Amino acid sequence: MSLVEGFSFDLTVIWAFLIAAAVLIYVILDGFDLGLGMLFAAERKRGDRDVMMNSVAPVWDGNETWLVLGGGGLMAAFPLAYALILPALYMPIIVMLLALIFRGVAFEFRWRAERGAARAAWDAAFIGGSGLAALCQGIALGALLQGIHIDKAARTYAGGWWDWLTPFSVTVGIGVMVGYMLLGATWLVMKTTGALQERMRTRAWPLGVATLAFIGVVSLWTPFLQEGYYARWFAGWHIALAGGVALAVLAIAALMFRSLTIHRHEYWPFVLALALFALCFVGLGVSMFPYIVPTEVTIWEAAAPELSQKFMLIGASVLLPIILAYTAYAYWVFRGKVDPDTGYH
Amino acid sequence: MLGSFDAVLLARIQFAFTVSFHFLFPAFTIGLASYLAVLNGLWLWTREHKYLDLFRYWVKIFAIAFAMGVVSGIVMSYQFGTNWSVFSDKAGPVIGAPMAYEVLSAFFLEAGFLGIMLFGRDKVGEGLHMGACLAVAVGTVFSAFWIISVNSWMHTPVGFEIDAETGQFLPLDFWQIVFNPSFPYRLMHTVTAAYLTTAFIVGGVAAWHLLGQRRKRQLASPATRTMFSMAMWMAAIVAPVQIFLGDLHGINTLEHQPVKVMAMEGHYESHENGAPLYLFGIPNDETQRLDYALGIPKLSSLILKHDLNAPLAGLDTVPDADQPPVAIVFWAFRIMVGLGFAMLGIGLWSLWARWRGRLYAAPWLHRAALAMAPSGLIAVLAGWVTTEVGRQPFTVYGLLRTADSAAPLDAPAVGATLIAFIVVYFAVFGAGTYYILRLMSKPPSPDEPRLKDVSDGPIRSGGRAAAYDDAPQGAHATRTKG
Repeated sequence: MSLVEGFSFDLTVIWAFLIAAAVLIYVILDGFDLGLGMLFAAERKRGDRDVMMNSVAPVWDGNETWLVLGGGGLMAAFPLAYALILPALYMPIIVMLLALIFRGVAFEFRWRAERGAARAAWDAAFIGGSGLAALCQGIALGALLQGIHIDKAARTYAGGWWDWLTPFSVTVGIGVMVGYMLLGATWLVMKTTGALQERMRTRAWPLGVATLAFIGVVSLWTPFLQEGYYARWFAGWHIALAGGVALAVLAIAALMFRSLTIHRHEYWPFVLALALFALCFVGLGVSMFPYIVPTEVTIWEAAAPELSQKFMLIGASVLLPIILAYTAYAYWVFRGKVDPDTGYH
Repeated sequence: MLGSFDAVLLARIQFAFTVSFHFLFPAFTIGLASYLAVLNGLWLWTREHKYLDLFRYWVKIFAIAFAMGVVSGIVMSYQFGTNWSVFSDKAGPVIGAPMAYEVLSAFFLEAGFLGIMLFGRDKVGEGLHMGACLAVAVGTVFSAFWIISVNSWMHTPVGFEIDAETGQFLPLDFWQIVFNPSFPYRLMHTVTAAYLTTAFIVGGVAAWHLLGQRRKRQLASPATRTMFSMAMWMAAIVAPVQIFLGDLHGINTLEHQPVKVMAMEGHYESHENGAPLYLFGIPNDETQRLDYALGIPKLSSLILKHDLNAPLAGLDTVPDADQPPVAIVFWAFRIMVGLGFAMLGIGLWSLWARWRGRLYAAPWLHRAALAMAPSGLIAVLAGWVTTEVGRQPFTVYGLLRTADSAAPLDAPAVGATLIAFIVVYFAVFGAGTYYILRLMSKPPSPDEPRLKDVSDGPIRSGGRAAAYDDAPQGAHATRTKG
């Protein structure tokens, strides 16, 4: 008994999974460094800020490349979806891009600023850019989930340029900000020592609780946005699936809190926070599949022709494993605690 | 209808603005990545400290320029969808895959090894660090390969059929699509342009310090001299190669996009018996005439057809609706060509000075090289304006009109984001340019401070540097203050 009627496993499905995987990798990788950017606001001491930034300086650029792959891959594999979704999310996406500019250049400019005021300005750009980018990513997700107005025959977006702004999308936006901060705090528990690490351990607690609360609210809200979602989660035996996912979320969260406080692990809180994100992402996939523009356009309707998919798959199957290997190597080179004295910069 | 036209025009201005700003960074970093790999290789090979000093000097500038290239590049990968969604839907099946290849083969390679290149010399050892430098350099060229392939296909589309129902371009043969007719010329011309751009920036910075050291009656430092010498070799060798490649590219354009060449040449009228090369004139689209034209008879036919009397058709054979705006193309082309020949002039001048043994004691050459420092960036932009405006009014040449490519957005939305882009780009990239210029204003020195040292605030005292005998003592005085 399948979730989706008439399901067939083909190149289009493979590409849907690959794009989803790219987005998930982006979310968990850039999630922790955007979260770290927001946590900057609470750390006033320059030395602490230097350590925080140095913990991601060698890898942030690679992290953001997954966002380019998500966007570029969507255009290549599902051009119609790309053409429908991006105009619908015009404002949140443009604001996100501008926010990412501020935060990206802050990595370099901060070290070049000789006057205190200039450094403070780039610190603010780092904090503000990280927060705004996270908010916009959440809003974009919320706006996509709640559905977008299209003219299917004309193959174009047919809504206005403020359609994305709803209580739901803003809630998802804030939820993503909080969740990213949880990832950032647990990343720093792993990468730092002493008082800074202790503060991050303390912060991870309320951030974890708030993240759970947002997961709960959004999960309960989503099925009431569109009938399709309701049926997917609550009709017939599907309710057992929903219950199972909810239990899994709670179990992972409980393990994370235990790991943070009782066992005082250094690595596990981060890994479990990532698992929490991955699980939410799977839940999202269950809600949406096989639609790429929810309840309007399926992945097969939006798919690029088979030849395009094949041509890309040759490259992806050779290059993606290599990319994963050297990305892992780069993380391995810069593994362990950030040394405040030698730093990377 | 006026509303939709405005939105399209605003979207065009926005794309032109964001892509022009963006390309300035790769135009510089493609060449600089290779230069850094060469410097690092020379350091490992010769163990002459000046090469390591130069590497450390330029890698700091590279880091800033690269970061600006990355963040302005992420914008480009989304602009296709946000502002040109109809184009993306129609052309996506063809150009999407090569663009995905760019991400997979180039962006990840650059990003993955950049951290090791910048911060990892002590962590991974000299050999692997050299590998990281090469990976970044190769990544920048791969990136150029794929994106130029996509751009070239938009100029000379082949290897596809058009779906009658959806209007999408469906790929038939990706080999043909990637290696489309204008691609080899465009790729060589663009990558060579990037190398020249970097050579003139490096040469300009070296010239600035040669002039400064001369003013203070100091000996030019070995690092500065090496920098100037390498840049001038590039100018002397690559500038003529670039002019040759440009000529080939022009002949290819005449074959596939004759209308663009008509606009470049200012040929409103057809010439049955040899077309003149207009050096100057004011294009007038209203009257379809080149006012105040000053031309050399038959030279255009000689250049383009290698025959003095070859006939050349003019814009009088092209419907008004299919003509690009002539004045922009005409002038941008002249700026590019003029700068190209000025670069050649600097290259020849440097050869003469070198032959006379006065390469480091030729203040007028140094002044000229300094003035030409940004010439590559300007020439590159002028070249892109020539080719992209020359493709108008089409996005996919001859097949998909620009007016039919834009996203269904309201003009106020596009206008608001355009203003935001302009404000943010000038503020952020202006600050970045300031930081780069400030780094450039200090001469490369023995014991060049590393990325870490700079972050500690004031650059460390030159005291340690006195250990290097070949460095003139006075050279440190300026550094201790910086």
